[in-house]
Amino acid sequence: MSDTNKEGLFSKSNIKLITAPFNDDNPISVQVLGICSALAVTVQMKNAFVMALSVTAVIALSNVIISLLRNLIPSRIRIIVQLVIVALLVILVDLILKAYAYDVSKQLSVFVGLIITNCIVMGRLEAFALGNTPWKSFLDGIGNGIGYGIILMVVAFLRELLGSGKIWGFEILGDPIEKTGLYAYGYVNNGFIILAPMALIVVGIVIWVQRHFNRKLIEK
Amino acid sequence: MQFLRNTVDKLKKPFLKGGKLERYEKGFQAIETFLFVPNHTTKHGAHVRDGIDLKRTMMIVVIALVPALLFGMYNIGYQHFSQVEGSDLSLIHLFGYGFWKVLPSIIVSYAVGLGIEFAFAIWRNHDVNEGYLVSGLLIPMIMPIDLPLWMLAISVVFAVVIGKEVFGGTGMNIFNPALLARAFAFFSYPNFMSGDKVWVSDAMTTDGMSGATVLGSLAQNITPSYSTMDMFLGLIPGSVGETSKLAIIIGALILIATGIGSWKIMLSGVIGAVVTVFAFNAVGLNELMNFSWYNHLMVGGFAFAIVFMATDPVSAAQTERGKWMYGFLVGFFTIMIRIFNPAYPEGAMLAILLMNAVAPTIDYYVVNSNIVKRKKRMKTNPLKTA
Repeated sequence: MSDTNKEGLFSKSNIKLITAPFNDDNPISVQVLGICSALAVTVQMKNAFVMALSVTAVIALSNVIISLLRNLIPSRIRIIVQLVIVALLVILVDLILKAYAYDVSKQLSVFVGLIITNCIVMGRLEAFALGNTPWKSFLDGIGNGIGYGIILMVVAFLRELLGSGKIWGFEILGDPIEKTGLYAYGYVNNGFIILAPMALIVVGIVIWVQRHFNRKLIEK
Repeated sequence: MQFLRNTVDKLKKPFLKGGKLERYEKGFQAIETFLFVPNHTTKHGAHVRDGIDLKRTMMIVVIALVPALLFGMYNIGYQHFSQVEGSDLSLIHLFGYGFWKVLPSIIVSYAVGLGIEFAFAIWRNHDVNEGYLVSGLLIPMIMPIDLPLWMLAISVVFAVVIGKEVFGGTGMNIFNPALLARAFAFFSYPNFMSGDKVWVSDAMTTDGMSGATVLGSLAQNITPSYSTMDMFLGLIPGSVGETSKLAIIIGALILIATGIGSWKIMLSGVIGAVVTVFAFNAVGLNELMNFSWYNHLMVGGFAFAIVFMATDPVSAAQTERGKWMYGFLVGFFTIMIRIFNPAYPEGAMLAILLMNAVAPTIDYYVVNSNIVKRKKRMKTNPLKTA
C-alpha cells in the first residue's frame, strides 16, 4: 500500500492499465472474453458504439465498487456479491438508454440486459478489482471497455459496410433498391456477413491481422 | 521432352539459393513439379499414403471430372435454347454456347485461387499446395451458370484463405474447399444461388417453361416433368457439372479404378441415401416423401457430391470403418435436409460440410475401439499375440 501513495494519479504504470487492453491485452482478441456480444451487436456501428459505451460504464463502475468493498466481501460468496452489483449497474444503464436513446435500446433489446453475463465484466472483477485499489480498478475498467469497443467497432464497420453498404447508417455505396452508386454496376450486399457465423470469422480475421503486426502475442 | 527439361533447368538458375530471385523459389518449384515428376516425395499432410506425388493424384481427379464438365457445357446450351420455341441447333452449336459460358468462370476460379496459393507459398515459404488443381475446377462446376464472376472470385478467396490457408494449407483443412466456396456464395447471395431462374443460362420467363430444378419444384410440391432417363443423362436444369449421372459414373469408375476415390464412401453414401428414402416412402406425406429412391439418386447434386467431394482424401474420414459411417451419414443427412427443409432443396452440400466436421471424431472412436479390442485380445490370450 505504501508505494501506491507515492504514485501520481497518471503514473506510467497507471497509464499502462488503460493502454494495455487496446492491443497487447485486448479483452476480446487476446483474453478471448465477451465474444458472444461481439457477434450479436455488431451488425450496425451505431448499436455497437452504444453497446461499447454501456459495457465500459458497467466495467468501470463495478470495478470501483468491488474494489472499495474488496476487504469486506467474504471470498466464499464473492461471485454473488459481484453479480448483484453488476446487475444493479446494468439495470441503471438499461433505464438510461430507454430514457435517452429509445430506438437504439429497442434494437439492442435483450443484449443490454445480457451485459450481466458478459465475461469481461466478471473477468476483470475477479482478476483485477478484487486485488487492487479503486483508482487503478477504475482505469483498468476504462481500458478494457475501450479495448472491447475497438474490436466491436472494427467488426461492426466491416459488417455494416459489406452487409448493408452503410457506414453509421449512411448509404455510402448507393441505394440497393433504386440501384444507384455501386449497385448500378451489379454490386450486391453480402447476406452472409450479417449472420453470426460470419461475425465469428471476422473476429478471427481481426485476431489474425493483430497477431501479424504484434509479434508479442504469438505463442511459441 | 529433353528440350523442355533443359529449358526448365536453365530458367531455374536464378531461383536457386543465392540467385537473384531466390524469394520466388517456391513459386518456380510449383511450375517445375507440375511439368516433371519431382525426385522427392511430398512430405506433409495429405500425402503419406501413396506412391505417386500429390500433383499426379490431383490430375487424375481432374481427368475424372472432364466427362461431367463436357456434358455440362452441352447441357447449358441445350437448356438455354430449349426455352426458345422451335430452335433446332446442332450439337456443336449447343456445346459451343455452353463452352463460352463456362470458360470465364474456370479461368477466374483458377486465376484467383492459384494467385492466392502462390502468394501464400512465397510469403510463408512453403510449397505451393496442389489441392487447388481440383478445387479450381470443382468450384465452377457446382455453381449456377449465371453467377457473376466477381461473386465467384470472392467465394474462391473465402474458400482458399479461410478454408485452407488459415489451417496450414492442403492436407490440413477441415472442410472441403470447393463446398466451402459454394456454401459461402449460397449464404451470401441467395438470390443468385437458388430459386427457379438461376439454373438455366439467361433464363426467360416464358409461360409453361420452368427453369426450376427437379428438387426445387418438388420442394414446392409440384411433380417435375422430367423422365428418369432425362435425369440420368442429365438433360435437366442444374449446376454445370452435376446434371449428368452417366458422366459422373464414368468419373467415379476412373477414381475407383485408380484407387484415388474411396469406393467405400461412395457405396455407403448411396446406401445411406436409399435406406433413408425407403423410410420416408413408407410415410409418404408429400411429393418429396413419395419420390422414389432411384429418382432421388438421379436428381440434384448428390451423385456429384458423393463421388467428387465426399471422397476428398483430406476432409473425409481416414479409417476404413470410419469411411463406411461417414459415407452412410452423408447420404442420410442429404435426404433429411432435402425432405425436411424446403428452403435448402439440395442437402448434399450441407450434409458433407457437416460430416467433414464430424469426421475426425469418427476416426478417433474407430481408432480407440481398435486399441481397446487389441488390448482385450492380449489379456485373454497373451501367448498368441506375443
